[in-house]
Amino acid sequence: MWCLIAAESAIFTIFLVAYLFYIGKSQTGPRPGNVLHAPIFYTFCLLSSSLTIHVAVRRIAAGEVAAFGRWWLATILLGATFLFGTAREWNHLILSDGLTVSTNLFGTTYYSLVGLHGFHVTMGLVALTIVAAFYFAGRLGREHSDRLEVLSMYWHFVDGVWVVVFTVVYVMGV
Amino acid sequence: MSTTAIALSDAAARPLTLRLHEWVTTVDHKRLGILYVAYALIFLLVGGVEATIMRLQLVRPHNNFVSPQAFNRMFTMHGTTMIFFVAMPLMFGFANYLVPLMIGARDMAFPRLNAFSFWMTALGGLFLYFSFLGGDGLYGAGSAPDVGWFAYAPLTAKTFSVGHSTDFWTLSLLSSGIGSIGTAINLIATILCMRCPGMTLGKMPLLVWLNLVMAGLVILAVSPLSAAQIMLLIDRYLGGHFFDTQAGGSAAIWMHFFWIFGHPEVYVLVLPAFAFASEIIPVFSRKAIFGYPVMVVATIAIGFIGMSVWAHHMFTIGMSAGANTFFVLSTMAIAVPTGIKIFNWLATMWGGKLRFATPMLFCIAFLFQFLVAGLTGVTLAVAPLDWQLGNSYYVVAHFHYVIVGGILFTVFGAFYYWFPKASGKMLNEGLGKLHFWLFLIGFHLTFDFMHVPGILGMPRRIYTYEPGRGWDIWNLLVSVGVLFQAAGVLIFAFNLVWSYSRGKPAGKDPWDAWTLEWSASSPPPVYNYATIPTVRSRRPLWDLKHPEDPDWRYE
Repeated sequence: MWCLIAAESAIFTIFLVAYLFYIGKSQTGPRPGNVLHAPIFYTFCLLSSSLTIHVAVRRIAAGEVAAFGRWWLATILLGATFLFGTAREWNHLILSDGLTVSTNLFGTTYYSLVGLHGFHVTMGLVALTIVAAFYFAGRLGREHSDRLEVLSMYWHFVDGVWVVVFTVVYVMGV
Repeated sequence: MSTTAIALSDAAARPLTLRLHEWVTTVDHKRLGILYVAYALIFLLVGGVEATIMRLQLVRPHNNFVSPQAFNRMFTMHGTTMIFFVAMPLMFGFANYLVPLMIGARDMAFPRLNAFSFWMTALGGLFLYFSFLGGDGLYGAGSAPDVGWFAYAPLTAKTFSVGHSTDFWTLSLLSSGIGSIGTAINLIATILCMRCPGMTLGKMPLLVWLNLVMAGLVILAVSPLSAAQIMLLIDRYLGGHFFDTQAGGSAAIWMHFFWIFGHPEVYVLVLPAFAFASEIIPVFSRKAIFGYPVMVVATIAIGFIGMSVWAHHMFTIGMSAGANTFFVLSTMAIAVPTGIKIFNWLATMWGGKLRFATPMLFCIAFLFQFLVAGLTGVTLAVAPLDWQLGNSYYVVAHFHYVIVGGILFTVFGAFYYWFPKASGKMLNEGLGKLHFWLFLIGFHLTFDFMHVPGILGMPRRIYTYEPGRGWDIWNLLVSVGVLFQAAGVLIFAFNLVWSYSRGKPAGKDPWDAWTLEWSASSPPPVYNYATIPTVRSRRPLWDLKHPEDPDWRYE
């Protein structure tokens, strides 16, 4: 998993470099300063999900499967809320501000970078949901805590990347 | 031996469909290794045919063997095929086969990921070659990709490359890239977690060390390429502007992204080549490798420095003086650990009892040729000289010296060395020597003389040229060399097939070697080792054969 994270980091680095390189190089509007609003609440949701998944894995390692389930579902809920936030933001950008991938360089790089991250959140949610299905089927026990630890590493990575993406897109970019 | 004989007769008794099904669904690292290698050999023949077509076109001025359009497709397909579908699968195939055997493991860490990675790579090759059929799309715009193997923007933009050929190119690299990253993850996990008792990092065979560093480089280098391919797909399908200069995008950033992959890729390919040399040279010199710790450190140094030299491919695009200086210096610095390695191999041979069997012949040729390749590399690292020689046949000669003279020669050596392990039969030594000499002569005819038209100003990727510029005789000689190389490769292919059925039985340890894979039967059983071995030194089989004077007393 560490190797996968290294590979993923390299991919995100390239997209981040492209975003940083193209800041302010768009030839037409809309520009980030006019249309972007930092999604503080949704960011808060995503970052706290790191906390909940951490607690969940701790609980199952201690053998408390029911407590694990509560924290795990909370993680899924927080992740889904974040995705909903991205969806609302994109909906607004596309319909009200007329910003799409092909509008200008800002659109291209913004949707690629945030989309790449959103794709990783979605993949993480799929994995989390599969685990939840096993939980509801009663097939999950303490012996699986090592594997869940690996999944939680991935989730922490996705959250960590968001801190960087957020800084680049909503702080440095506007 | 008797158990393998039974296994073989079993295999012969089962119907063909069942045996094919076993190969398709296999997760065994040895079978996947063989699949990788077989797949690469098929593409080696295809890529070789493409090269031959180019050399036939350039054999004399104003030749009309193929059209300019077809010529562009040939050099694009030749480059892409040879790097992504010959060299990479060859290295992954050997790593897959040898690493678990050498560290005393029963399989890779993730056998199913291993199979997935192979089939992703195979899919990539199919994508690339499907472009001959599907590249036209509905545009009638010509088949296979013709944008060059590094596919600079804006050639890849929709405007300049209508149809689907470029899409197939980018999909092909994306999917084989996913396969490569999967294999790299697998190799690292295997090497770090599955070594047999007693095999500390400092006692691993050098081949394993070099493949560990290679896998790390794959992770750091192939991922950026995949990211760049995703951007190109966004540009081509969603109307993005990453590399679209009309909308403020940058063509130079594609170059950076490509070469951030492209240069480490050279080390991804050359490190396993070093690995083969580091195993073969000691065995055929009857001495332990000279300076093992220094070899490891030099490898890691190459890994690190290799990540910071990419823009020496881009001196001619007009970077700032600071950037030029940095990349000149870092490129020259990487010659130092490489030089250390060459001295260590020479010191291993020095005073040894040399046996000039075919694997050793290829490795000795590698030493000389790789030295020359490194020296022309240093000349190209000098930015002002690069401005003169950049994009000329001098560059083409240089990197073919690296890839053919360095990498392919050790790969051939590795075939002669490990084929007995994988098949249980020796390759024919007479045919092997014939292959070696033909290929050596062909190689030097082609690539020594290719430097000259480059210095005389002949640019690469031109489909024809004017007579009377002093290029004619050199191009003729270069093309004549191809005949010798082709003859050598065909003899090699024949040797593989012939020796597989008629070769001398190899036994467990035909070379009197020292690493663990030679303690398994040839071919090894599915589970490799019935009992997991325990090692105490870098040469466990030496310890077994010489209990009175084991290595571990001295390490």
